[in-house]
Amino acid sequence: MSNSRTLRRAKAGTTEPTWVRWTLIAVALSFIFLFLVLPLAAVFTEALRKGIDAYLEALKEPDAWTAIRLTLLTAAIAVPLNLVFGVAAAWCIAKYEFPGKAFLTTLVDLPFSVSPVVAGLVYVLLFGAHGWIGPWLQAHDIKIIFAVPGIVLATVFVTFPFIARELIPLMQAQGTEEEQAAMVLGATGWQTFWHVTLPNIKWGLVYGVILCNARAMGEFGAVSVVSGHIRGQTNTMPLHVEILYNEYQSVAAFAVASLLALLAVLTLVIKSFVEWQFERDQKVAAELAPEPAGG
Amino acid sequence: MTAAILSTLPGAATGTVRKRPTRHVLPGFNITLGFTLFYLSLIVLIPLSALVFKTFTLTWEQFWVAVASPRVVASYQLTFGASFIAALVNVVFGLLVAWVLVRYPFPGKKIIDALVDLPFALPTAVAGIALTALLADNGWVGQLLVPFDIKLAFNRNGIVIALIFIGLPFVVRTVQPVLEDAEKELEEAATCLGASRWQTFRYVVFPSIAPALLTGFAMAFARAVGEYGSVIFIAGNMPMVSEITPLIIIGKLEQYDYAGATAVAVVMLGFSFTLLLVINALQAWQRRRSGAQS
Repeated sequence: MSNSRTLRRAKAGTTEPTWVRWTLIAVALSFIFLFLVLPLAAVFTEALRKGIDAYLEALKEPDAWTAIRLTLLTAAIAVPLNLVFGVAAAWCIAKYEFPGKAFLTTLVDLPFSVSPVVAGLVYVLLFGAHGWIGPWLQAHDIKIIFAVPGIVLATVFVTFPFIARELIPLMQAQGTEEEQAAMVLGATGWQTFWHVTLPNIKWGLVYGVILCNARAMGEFGAVSVVSGHIRGQTNTMPLHVEILYNEYQSVAAFAVASLLALLAVLTLVIKSFVEWQFERDQKVAAELAPEPAGG
Repeated sequence: MTAAILSTLPGAATGTVRKRPTRHVLPGFNITLGFTLFYLSLIVLIPLSALVFKTFTLTWEQFWVAVASPRVVASYQLTFGASFIAALVNVVFGLLVAWVLVRYPFPGKKIIDALVDLPFALPTAVAGIALTALLADNGWVGQLLVPFDIKLAFNRNGIVIALIFIGLPFVVRTVQPVLEDAEKELEEAATCLGASRWQTFRYVVFPSIAPALLTGFAMAFARAVGEYGSVIFIAGNMPMVSEITPLIIIGKLEQYDYAGATAVAVVMLGFSFTLLLVINALQAWQRRRSGAQS
């Protein structure tokens, strides 16, 4: 009797009274509503304030189209570059031991903590008219700053760690046993990577790619410094939003912004799907795995 | 730190005996490390060193004038002050949101959980204009506050709000996994020994999530200090009053004051690097803490 009472008390001790629970839920949800749901809703309402026709009209504008194309182009270059880097960096950091590994991992993370404005500035100092190799570039008629290459470079910088960062802990947790087994059975390095490593890391890879892509398409500060804001030429979507907004073309600004907000929502949906798939795979793997010998 | 990572790997117990063959069996070490170092140097290290070398072309006096003029100092105070307040708010509400998501069942939980990452996915410029539209005098929230004479847009309040938005996921996402792994048996034991629910939280739960909370705080703070896109729309950008440090750099650049912009940027870069090391140390502490518990 007294045993079951203690147990009940113990169970009750790991949660709170109902009113406390519901108050905490209410406060947390209000916070989420105010800070996340309202801004997201505001984007779409402001975009549709003058009706669907005005909204579509704003998106049909040639400058808006140039901005969309430039944003897609930038992401299409920056994401694959950082993908190749991410896989290479994760391979050497997760699968081997070497001196300076911890320091290298810190350096990979560095772009995350650098202000985007500073990131843009460093490229201006390198390639700008008064920069280190600016005069040489000018003499050879190569434009990097205030042109597309600068925008791509700045985007590559700010999205640099995304994929590496997802893959390193994942590959470290998986160890090297499966790869070693494949090599012993006669697989080449590439075969091992394609048929053993890649299937193991695929969800982490997708996760990193979509987050990297969202940031690449949405980057503002770094791109703003190197772009020069030439309308119809070097404006990405976020920069185009700024220009329209500053010209008091609110509906047009929010119309372009709504596309970026849709991208964000899509990113969150894919991300949730990937997390769900990953958990499912983990569960299946856990069921298949033999019982570990010791705790 | 390396030791902490190693101890989580399977077969770590056998230690050095296993490490040696690993290096020889798996191919590709030289090429992947080589490419990593090459790409890292090209994209990150060489450009950042350009920044540092540019500062060396300044005399000490020029540097000091650039980084310590009253307008710049006012911007540091604002940037660090607002980031600190925002990160603090995020610690409180981030813990609350993480707690509710891990401990209580309620309808729509999965959607809320996914929504927490919105600030990572939503471009900062979009966040900036959306928050401004909400908080301006004719906005949904702003018009409710007009009778009380509270203004949240185009002043320092707006900056703090934008920075809370930007830093929101950091604390939730660092605390959430720790709460999920926490062993309920410990709390049950505390209750059986006569602890009240509050005492259990204060002395059993809180110490185990404290490192994660601190890490989340540092990450939110670091992100807020460098933030530009969301802030400039809502700040009003008055010199000495609501002008953040990244905007000072942009302003100097637009006046072709490259040296001045560089000097301020170096100060920010030094700060970012310090914070990065602090966050690394905090994470190592957290790993040791959770390693010791299990």
